[in-house]
Amino acid sequence: MSETYNFTIDGKEITGRPGQTILQAADEAGVYIPRLCAHKELCAHGSCRVCTVMVNGRPQSACTQPAGAGMVVENETPKLLGMRKQLIDMLFVEGNHFCMFCEKSGNCELQGLAYRFGIMAPQHPYMFQKKDVDASHPDIYIDQNRCIVCARCVRASHDVDGKSAFGFVGRGIHKKIAFNAEHNLSETKLAATDMAAGICPVGAIIKKRVGFAIPVGQRKYDTKPIGSDIEKR
Amino acid sequence: MTKPKVATTSLAGCFGCHMSVLDIDDRILKLIELVDFDKSPVDDIKEFTGRCLVGIVEGGCANEENVRVLQDFRKHCDILISLGDCAIMGGIPAMRNTISLQECLDEAYKNGPTVHNPSGKIPNDPEIPLLLDKVYPCHEVVKIDYHLPGCPPLADTIWQALVALLNDKPMDLPYELVKYD
Repeated sequence: MSETYNFTIDGKEITGRPGQTILQAADEAGVYIPRLCAHKELCAHGSCRVCTVMVNGRPQSACTQPAGAGMVVENETPKLLGMRKQLIDMLFVEGNHFCMFCEKSGNCELQGLAYRFGIMAPQHPYMFQKKDVDASHPDIYIDQNRCIVCARCVRASHDVDGKSAFGFVGRGIHKKIAFNAEHNLSETKLAATDMAAGICPVGAIIKKRVGFAIPVGQRKYDTKPIGSDIEKR
Repeated sequence: MTKPKVATTSLAGCFGCHMSVLDIDDRILKLIELVDFDKSPVDDIKEFTGRCLVGIVEGGCANEENVRVLQDFRKHCDILISLGDCAIMGGIPAMRNTISLQECLDEAYKNGPTVHNPSGKIPNDPEIPLLLDKVYPCHEVVKIDYHLPGCPPLADTIWQALVALLNDKPMDLPYELVKYD
């Protein structure tokens, strides 16, 4: 019963439904728009800006911008690729991302995007900021060195799990994940079965006693670039 | 016709990347048909004997000796490659970068749970290269022409990169060969 409308992404005709964002319509049409903070089971956050596309010549985040009839969207242009590379670059130098011993390596969306964009080394100087690790919880640990402040855990815990175990403190470069507790993570209601415990795009929230369960070569982004599942559709 | 020369070194690394160079297996026979090795742990030549086409650097810069060697490589090599995560981002040695050097030394020589050091002295012989305040990626010290990430980079990655360079071809590595772990 819903009325559809058409718009284009990089010249390709896309059919959208009312209420869809550009990202949702693109996903359905098999067009991959890179994203980090966006997750299909969570409300949009629009904070990482990786999904920025040009809409009728203006930059908009595809995860928050409603799609509309006749829109002309640019996605895979050299300019946008350059901008997305810069964002990934900055996230790498801002945190302490030691891929070589991270349990998430191979399944990490930040790493996956860097692979997809062909980043061989960051262009910015590393910041090597001191960040905390909280391993107080019996089943989960949080490594702020790897956090990219995408707010997926904040949203999942608040909107889906109904526990509000996470929140943000600080602003700008000092912004970081905080726990809804007096001292540490073990005092929150967070459980390993919560959506919030499994939704981290990077290795900041890790379930204990899982380790390097999937062998190298069989992990998500070992052979296929991130987004291939959407592009196959 | 003289063969182009390749030099390699390991700075603040674990020699794993050099192991990965050897992991090209029998292709090493092809490699020595294509190139001569100059300064390198592979042939144990300690100082440069002349100009090199390619310099391969494993490891970042943790001390003044690393910086000297890296600058020497830049001076003698037309093309300089950062091989592996340590050269590119500091790697495991760079884990000390969020802690002050004094704290690191105190932990290693005074306060660590397994330390036995009754004199309480921190080694400070002129023969020992001075540590830098933190571990630096190679491209923050000299100009680096190519980066090959990995811990270690796959043998195929190293092989394909070298073959491309030696044949004057663009270094278009396939997706599967560029990994950060």
